Amino acid sequence: MDRMIGVLLRAGVILSAATTLAGGIWHFVQHGGAMPDYHVFRGEPSELHSVGGVLHGIAQGHSESLVQLGLLMLIATPIARVALSVAAFAVQRDRTYVAITLVVLTALVASLAGLHF
Amino acid sequence: MNPLQFTATLFSVALVAGLLGSLTGLGGGVILTPVLTLVLGVDLRYAIGATLVSVIATSSGAASAYVREGYSNVRIGMLLEVATTAGAIAGASLAGYFSTQVLAVIFGVVLLHSAWLSSRRPKDSVDTTNADPLATRFRLDGCYPTAQGLSCYHVQHVGAGFSVMLGAGVLSGLLGIGSGALKVIAMDRAMRIPFKVSTTTSNFMIGVTAAASAGVYLNRGYIDPLLAMPVMLGVLAGSVVGARMMARARPSVLRVVFAALVGLLAVEMIISGLRGRI
Repeated sequence: MDRMIGVLLRAGVILSAATTLAGGIWHFVQHGGAMPDYHVFRGEPSELHSVGGVLHGIAQGHSESLVQLGLLMLIATPIARVALSVAAFAVQRDRTYVAITLVVLTALVASLAGLHF
Repeated sequence: MNPLQFTATLFSVALVAGLLGSLTGLGGGVILTPVLTLVLGVDLRYAIGATLVSVIATSSGAASAYVREGYSNVRIGMLLEVATTAGAIAGASLAGYFSTQVLAVIFGVVLLHSAWLSSRRPKDSVDTTNADPLATRFRLDGCYPTAQGLSCYHVQHVGAGFSVMLGAGVLSGLLGIGSGALKVIAMDRAMRIPFKVSTTTSNFMIGVTAAASAGVYLNRGYIDPLLAMPVMLGVLAGSVVGARMMARARPSVLRVVFAALVGLLAVEMIISGLRGRI
C-alpha cells in the first residue's frame, strides 16, 4: 500500500506539472502577448472556478483552462491519497480509522465542490 | 515587462524560493507570497492562491520519497487531518471577509514567528513510559527505524495537539501557507512525537490541508492559471534540486541567513499592511 501511495503521489505531481506546462506553452503560442494585470484583483471568470467549468473551457479551446486542469490534478493528488487510505484501513478492518478518514475525504470533496462559509 | 519576461521572472523567483525552502526545511511558501506582493506587485489574493498550489506540489513531491521509509505515522496524520481540514476550510472562508491590509499584517506576524522558530534547534523529548488514554484509544503509538533498530514512542496530550492543529489549519487556509512550523510544534512539544516522525507526518498533512483550502480559493476565483503555472513549476523544480543537494550538505549558515530574510520580509509585510499599501 505504501508503494502504491508513493507511486500515486509522484504520478499526480508529474502529470499535473506536464499538463500545466503544456497549457502554458499553448497559451504563449496562441496569444503571445496578452496577460492580465495582477496588480488589481478582479477574481477569475466562473469558467475557471469549478471542475465542470474547466472541462467546458478546454472543449472550447481555451489554453487557460488546460493550465487550470493541471492545477486541479495537483489539488486532486492529496485527495486521491486520502481515498487510498480509506481502502488501506478497510483492508486492516480498522473501522475507527475508516470513519475518520472518510470524514477528512468528505471535507476535501465538499471544499472542492464549492463549500465555504 | 512583457508577459513572457514576467512569466520567466515568476519562475526564477519561485525556483529560488523552492530551493531555499527545501534546503532549510521551512518550505518555499513562506517567502513566496511576500516576494510576489512586495517585489512584483501582485495582489495578495492572487499571490496566496498561487503559493497554495505550490505548497501542494512540494508536499506531494517530498511525501512520495518519505512514504516508503516508515517514518510517518498515518494514524496520527489522519486523526489530526480532521482538525486541519476543518480549520483550513474555515480559514479560507474567513479570508474572503478580511481586507488585504489585515491579511498582510497577520501574514507578517506569522512569518516573524516562523523566522524565530527556525533559528532554534529542535530537541527531541520523547516519552517511552506512559501514553495518553486517547492515544491508546486511537492507536497512535508507533515505532520507527533508527540506526539502533526500531525505536518506539508513546503519544502525549492528544487533545492539546488536536487544538493546535485546528489553529494551524485556520492559518493555513487564511494565508495560503503550509503552516509546517505550527504543525511540527503541535507534534513535537505537545504530543512528544520524535522529530523524524513529526517532520515527515507533518509533510504529508501539509498537502491534504492545502488541498482543503485550495478548493475554497478555486471557487472564490483566487487561483489564476497563468500566474500559478510558473510559480508552481518553479517551486517544484527548486525543491527537487534542493532535495538532491540536501543529501550532500546540511547548511546551518543558510538556515540563519534564510531566517533573517524571512524576518525582514515579515517586517515589510506588516509595515505595508499598516500603511495600506498592499
